[in-house]
Amino acid sequence: MTEITSLSLFELIKNIKEKKISSNEVAKSFVDRSEKSKKLNAYVTENFEKCLKLSKEFDNKPNFDLKLPGIPIAVKDLFCTNEVRTTAGSNILNNFVPSYESTVTQNIWNEGGILLGKLNCDEFAMGSSNETSFFGNVQNPIAKDLVPGGSSGGSSSALAANLTPVTIGTDTGGSIRQPASFTGTVGLKPTYGSCSRYGIVAFASSLDQAGPMSKDVKDSSILLEVISSFDKKDSTSIDFKRNNYSSELTRNIKGIKIGIPKEYRVDGMPDEIEKLWKKGIEYAKDCGAEIIDISLPHTSYALPTYYIVAPAEASSNLARYDGVKYGLRSSGESLIDMYEKTRSEGFGEEVKRRIMIGTYVLSSGYYDAYYLKAQKVRQLIKQDFDQAYNKVDAILTPSTPSSAFKIGEKSNDPVSMYLNDIFTVPVNLAGLPGISIPAGADKNNYPLGLQIIGKPFDEQTVLNIAYSMEEKINYKNNITDWWIE
Amino acid sequence: MDRIMSKNNSEYLIERNDNVYEVVIGLEVHAQVTSNSKLFSSSSTKFGAEPNTQVSLVDAAFPGMLPVINEYCVKQAIKTGIGLKAKINNKSVFDRKNYFYADLPQGYQISQYKYPIVGEGNVILDMPEGQKHVGIERLHLEQDAGKSIHDVDPSNTLVDLNRSGVALMEIVSKPDLRSPDEVNAYIKKLRSIMRYLGTCDGNMQEGSLRADVNVSVRIKGSTDLGTRCEIKNVNSIKFMQMAIIYEANRQVDLIEEGEEIDQETRLFDTKKNETRSMRSKEDAHDYRYFPDPDLLPLEITDEFIDQLKSEIPELPDDKKKRFIDEFKISSYEATILVSDIDTAKYFEEVVAKMGKNRDMKLAVNWITGELFAVLNNKNIEIAHSPISAKNLAKLINLIKNGTISGKIAKTIFELMMDGDIDPQIIVEEKGLKQESNPKALEALIDKIINDNREKAIEYKQGKEKLFGFFVGQAMKASGGKANPQLINELLKKKL
Repeated sequence: MTEITSLSLFELIKNIKEKKISSNEVAKSFVDRSEKSKKLNAYVTENFEKCLKLSKEFDNKPNFDLKLPGIPIAVKDLFCTNEVRTTAGSNILNNFVPSYESTVTQNIWNEGGILLGKLNCDEFAMGSSNETSFFGNVQNPIAKDLVPGGSSGGSSSALAANLTPVTIGTDTGGSIRQPASFTGTVGLKPTYGSCSRYGIVAFASSLDQAGPMSKDVKDSSILLEVISSFDKKDSTSIDFKRNNYSSELTRNIKGIKIGIPKEYRVDGMPDEIEKLWKKGIEYAKDCGAEIIDISLPHTSYALPTYYIVAPAEASSNLARYDGVKYGLRSSGESLIDMYEKTRSEGFGEEVKRRIMIGTYVLSSGYYDAYYLKAQKVRQLIKQDFDQAYNKVDAILTPSTPSSAFKIGEKSNDPVSMYLNDIFTVPVNLAGLPGISIPAGADKNNYPLGLQIIGKPFDEQTVLNIAYSMEEKINYKNNITDWWIE
Repeated sequence: MDRIMSKNNSEYLIERNDNVYEVVIGLEVHAQVTSNSKLFSSSSTKFGAEPNTQVSLVDAAFPGMLPVINEYCVKQAIKTGIGLKAKINNKSVFDRKNYFYADLPQGYQISQYKYPIVGEGNVILDMPEGQKHVGIERLHLEQDAGKSIHDVDPSNTLVDLNRSGVALMEIVSKPDLRSPDEVNAYIKKLRSIMRYLGTCDGNMQEGSLRADVNVSVRIKGSTDLGTRCEIKNVNSIKFMQMAIIYEANRQVDLIEEGEEIDQETRLFDTKKNETRSMRSKEDAHDYRYFPDPDLLPLEITDEFIDQLKSEIPELPDDKKKRFIDEFKISSYEATILVSDIDTAKYFEEVVAKMGKNRDMKLAVNWITGELFAVLNNKNIEIAHSPISAKNLAKLINLIKNGTISGKIAKTIFELMMDGDIDPQIIVEEKGLKQESNPKALEALIDKIINDNREKAIEYKQGKEKLFGFFVGQAMKASGGKANPQLINELLKKKL
């Protein structure tokens, strides 16, 4: 039998339900491998002992009707977990232990999932390489000193390295899809309003969305089915009819219309990406899809729009970390002095940069020129997609303009770092579902991803296209376990 | 020498060196919405609880916590808007007002900035010289902050978040007020309307009603507005009036000395009776308002508004009109009776219990006279009146049908207060029934005239003042029970 840790979620569930393996065996395998993988720095907080204990409890009283029966799962450290430290990758929450649980993680535990640990991420999910985390860089298991992407970098690394069978991330501008692309894994950002934001440390409220990350498309469909729910505690949660994504998953996409937006052929895009995209188009055709050229004319404004809207919301969302109620408090001579010292010591450079940008674009005299204009452009970007969807069912693009880069390569060049999100950001601005699936490798054998963008609430079509293309692409990561101690 | 001239009771003018100034006032009233739970969380809003016992994770702004609008508070705001004869906006937006303070856990207050839930309306004031209309600019919903306590611990500020997140309505008037008296009438009228509606209890001691007062002055007759100063967070009508008088005079002094008035935010020091600068325009916060991305725009259908309109009780202005038409009382009397919903209720109950042969004049006089005096003395709300409307109606009817005299009635009234006793019982037990038998009274009067022959002659010779003496003697002889009207008639006849 293959090693337990390299099994897919689907296979694990099957084996547990057929009593071929126990929950505790599964937990032990992932805990053991995680223990040997400290070099990756994927975990911020381990929950190993508790996980092993809970898996035994599951085995003593198993419930095989659950969707995730006794499955250990590590999650991004942006989800508040009851009685388990939640840091958001920040010093300011270094010692914060919530007394409550996020809706998304609660949904997982309700279906039998067991918390394995909290995974590293960029500080407050602000970053594309996991280098802004207070808890240090995360290694990409693909190669040494390669970034795992971000902000869900601990999640992508742990997943690709088989430290967790599946994981959940959050995606504000690409934070699930870009790290998935960089690690040869699958990452899905659902429609805004699909997964509750309750209990997720907020970055940019109008863009944040939790989603599954997995080794294959089927696993993402299983996990999406568990985490997507209407939640009254989140006013932006939407009450729509959710599919049984895993049982409705099909490779029959004959006649489905897939749009190819010409604006995504950006200047300076490497040939490899261009080739990958072309290959993807061929795969889609092979699956029976009809390819249609489309235009999303406002694409080039997406990135600047995003870098106004997201920091604006972040500057306000992060005001609550002031040293008064919880988290880090540095002592000061006065209230203002305490604020300044706490926030100076508590936040890292990237977070401070975005707070400053956000404060600036909301300031009186600049609001109209920046924030208000960005909101208008955001509407235009949405309309672009609405119009495209009159003609097509989904859109195919590359996930990122490049493969994973070296740690430190872009950390002093924020703009080049921000460009990483160029293909993913429009999807967040328009609130659409998007998935990244591994589709090939570059000359260094680093994985590259393709993105499939769907209509609002049409995760099923996105998953179906991904599922059928995945079979044709048949990409496998070549991971050497170089980090194992 | 300055002098305050007054053309009529409620006008307030300041004269300096032959210049006559008027004061222009606009109010931003913060009224706490009557609601069991907060604007965006389910925590209790009960007043007077132990510090930090009514605080949810949302109120304390824990990571990942999200606001969820309390529909009841929205209804309350719409009802208040209807009471202010204002436009209810079908779409309004919650914005974040960003600033740092220890008692503001989120680092922003959720408020409404560009698109408030209620637009323009107006309030009618009954001033001695007639009615005055005061324009309402807008009403919006917002969260209250917590409370910082600086004087308990010598080295720390303590924070109580019980108030954090409580729903407030900010009601902004147009700069239509011209005197401290009008401010008094305006606040009272607002409070009256909201208490009728049950949307704000108007309790100023508990901080349910506070106001920021905008004051400017200008030469009487000018139509330009002067530079205004905003006096923050004044929590009683008396202090508002004192602050306005101080501030208006301060501004006039500055102008007369040829100085500029700085647009600034000021605080009223109640101990020193003066306002002082809190921050200038240059130091004004940049609140960086923007729509709260955690909340969707508030969309209210016309059907929803109509439904609420149908639930609105009769409001003071309408009630006053009806009292005048139906009960034939004066405008002045009606104004007093409708100003407080419980007074109006009490009055209507008295009227109902008086039955067919009701006497409005007596009812109004007894309520606004004797009863108000007792309530004021004992500091009791009319809802807890020691004498029920039913028994007061009985007492009035006893006077009306001649069973007792007005004078005896006052004695009975005093006795009734000891446990809301039925006046009929008191009359019977104490034998206080009025003597209205002409024959009995005739005998009594004959005796008095006999005993005072000389005075009777003097009276007949034209010393009419002595009539009162005879009335007094007759009342005294009857132990106060004689029907005064009958005594008058009989005396006139006999003398």
